[in-house]
Amino acid sequence: MRISRIHSEPEIREQGSVDLTPLEPLLVKYRGKKGSLIPLLQGAQDIYGYIPGEVFEKISDVTGLNLSDLYGVATFYAQFRLSPVGKNIIKVCHGTACHVQNANTITDSLKEALQVKDGETTQDGLFTLESVACLGCCSLAPVMMVAGEVYGKLTGKEAVRIIRDIRIKENN
Amino acid sequence: MEKTKVIVGLGSCGIAAGAGKTYEKIKALRQAEDLDFELKKTSCIGMCYCEPLVEIIDETGSYLYGEIDEARAVEIIDRHVMHHIPVKEHVVRTDLFDTTDNDFIENQIKITLRNCGYIDPENIEEYEARQGYRAIKKITDQRISRMDVIQAVISSGLRGRGGGGFPTGLKWKFASDSITSEKYIICNADEGDPGAFMDRSTLEGDPHSVLEGMIIGAYAIRATEGVIYCRAEYPLAIKRLTIALDQARQKGYLGKSILGLQGFDFDIHIKEGAGAFVCGEETALIASVEGERGMPRKRPPYPAVSGLWKKPTNINNVETYADIPWIILNGAEAYARYGTEKSKGTKVFALAGKIRRSGLVEVPMGISINDIIFKLGGGIRDGKKFKAVQLGGPSGGCIPEYLSHTPIDYDSVTATGAIMGSGGMVVMDETTCMVDVARFFLDFTRKESCGKCTFCRIGTKRMLEILTRITEGKGEQGDIEQLEDLAYQIKESSLCGLGQTAPNPVLTTIKYFRNEYEAHIRDKKCPVKVCKKLLTYEVIPEKCTGCMVCAKNCPVEAITGEQKQVHFIHQEKCIKCDVCFSKCKFEAIRLS
Repeated sequence: MRISRIHSEPEIREQGSVDLTPLEPLLVKYRGKKGSLIPLLQGAQDIYGYIPGEVFEKISDVTGLNLSDLYGVATFYAQFRLSPVGKNIIKVCHGTACHVQNANTITDSLKEALQVKDGETTQDGLFTLESVACLGCCSLAPVMMVAGEVYGKLTGKEAVRIIRDIRIKENN
Repeated sequence: MEKTKVIVGLGSCGIAAGAGKTYEKIKALRQAEDLDFELKKTSCIGMCYCEPLVEIIDETGSYLYGEIDEARAVEIIDRHVMHHIPVKEHVVRTDLFDTTDNDFIENQIKITLRNCGYIDPENIEEYEARQGYRAIKKITDQRISRMDVIQAVISSGLRGRGGGGFPTGLKWKFASDSITSEKYIICNADEGDPGAFMDRSTLEGDPHSVLEGMIIGAYAIRATEGVIYCRAEYPLAIKRLTIALDQARQKGYLGKSILGLQGFDFDIHIKEGAGAFVCGEETALIASVEGERGMPRKRPPYPAVSGLWKKPTNINNVETYADIPWIILNGAEAYARYGTEKSKGTKVFALAGKIRRSGLVEVPMGISINDIIFKLGGGIRDGKKFKAVQLGGPSGGCIPEYLSHTPIDYDSVTATGAIMGSGGMVVMDETTCMVDVARFFLDFTRKESCGKCTFCRIGTKRMLEILTRITEGKGEQGDIEQLEDLAYQIKESSLCGLGQTAPNPVLTTIKYFRNEYEAHIRDKKCPVKVCKKLLTYEVIPEKCTGCMVCAKNCPVEAITGEQKQVHFIHQEKCIKCDVCFSKCKFEAIRLS
């Protein structure tokens, strides 16, 4: 069930640590429009990379929607994140075509190379590893997407090499 | 004389294969050598297996080149464009001589994909040049009545291409019969089936055909507003749709008094999905557009009566809309000429998995599975044996090799226990474990269940637990029966299509591959060596060099051996984590 996506770790939050000014244009854009909760949350995630608690409160204040409803929507959809993510998100495709072509090996190799579990972020904050349902590039299976770029016909070793190259670039 | 054209295929899969670099290389070459040719972009022609694709059209004809990386781009520009000698060995498709892949295109009938791979999707004039927006013009010019439009769609026999297979014309009629001032038309582009990418390719390759289909629908049912609900995972499709919408507005195909017809006001906007498979179900999709959790509602009332914002709403899939302009222009009879008695027209399939030519194919309904896989798909990769084909994604089922003569139409496919679905066709060979496949799909539907209906929410979880047990060698007698029992209960007691079809992959694999389940349960063996927990890891003495890497990496110290001596795996300690297998540089670990 989708609700299992809620993470149970206690949220560590410092008051006023999130700058809410970039949110203003978004709130103005959707003010008074019905059915705009999802675009609002998507917009907020584009700004912050995830949806901080303060943002929920702000959206709730402005739109008059219940905080519980916002949270309900945000946890229902796979796209929304409630905790910060790494600079590059690695999405390993686990669609059918990728699955029958050993997508598990890709995830396993990356888990080991990055020393993280599925859904976690590396210590240096560079990478977040995610498994996704289907990227729609089935003919190139198995595939992964790193920072919006798709890499196809992978092997575990190849995936690790790509990530290593990105890390070297990032560190320079 | 017309200028030579060089056209690069820039669909998502093409870009992933490196077509962006190929395009830039050709552009740089043109500039560096001061060459006189027209460089253009198009989208996916369906030959995903040999991306990146570059087409060269000169005075002699058209040549489609496959697998053109930067180096080959230099070669074909040099030899073909500069010296007029086609590089035959890289041509995958042409009318001028035989190639190994000509038959891939020749065996298809393209209606939905009529423009994909032929036009620049970001240029409305190219769509117009191929009869684009002629259908809506025909309607407004000839004052074709709403009822006649609906009647044409009914007569064509077009059935919903999203998987349900409900007659599109009837759907339109219901929505048209509801009398209110406000009506909506929605395009379902939430293509969530893993292994299906027809809608993505259509939207990326020919967004205007979908818009035109929606505009015709809006005319027929008197809708005032349209929504395209597109997966956020398809950024390129969203980008091209946005461009297409702007261009259509500028040209007066959208907006007030469309094509001068007083009172025909209609506009479309895009809603990005947020990642929930259940939103492909029409009532869940409506809830999501309204900004709520995407949970299905009870039907009736059907959306045609009470849909978005409780107003009459017509929802169709991308492919369905893309077919509409063709039907209006060419006539219902022309469309109904293809296909079988109850399933008319053509259908696009996404071929993926262990097939030699993976990609998109459009074929008339009624063609056999064999023809698709062997004639179009070129058979199984690496000379392996064809085992089964999975149709319809997580809602569908696996059809075994011995039923591969089954014609592809809604009713014949349903009779096998699978469903037509949206058209994802994942081919499996002898190395695919069917129990593992069933477990994979159930894991997917369990995660994606919205949680509303108890049987779907908890039943899928229980089924997954049983399947996981079986793949881990802890299966018990009676497991198969329990799976079947749960499956029927979930089918019976779920509100929406997700739950009603979620057990299909399990039921079909039990039906056709029961022996594999039994091997897992009774003999604790995975016949095709996929389920790792059922395998034994052994050292091959002849290959082991005694490098000690496996022993050092084994997390449970199950491997012993001295340096430069053959190592040994203690089976009672081994947890089958696969570390030794993946670490060994000498391929000295064997699975049996």
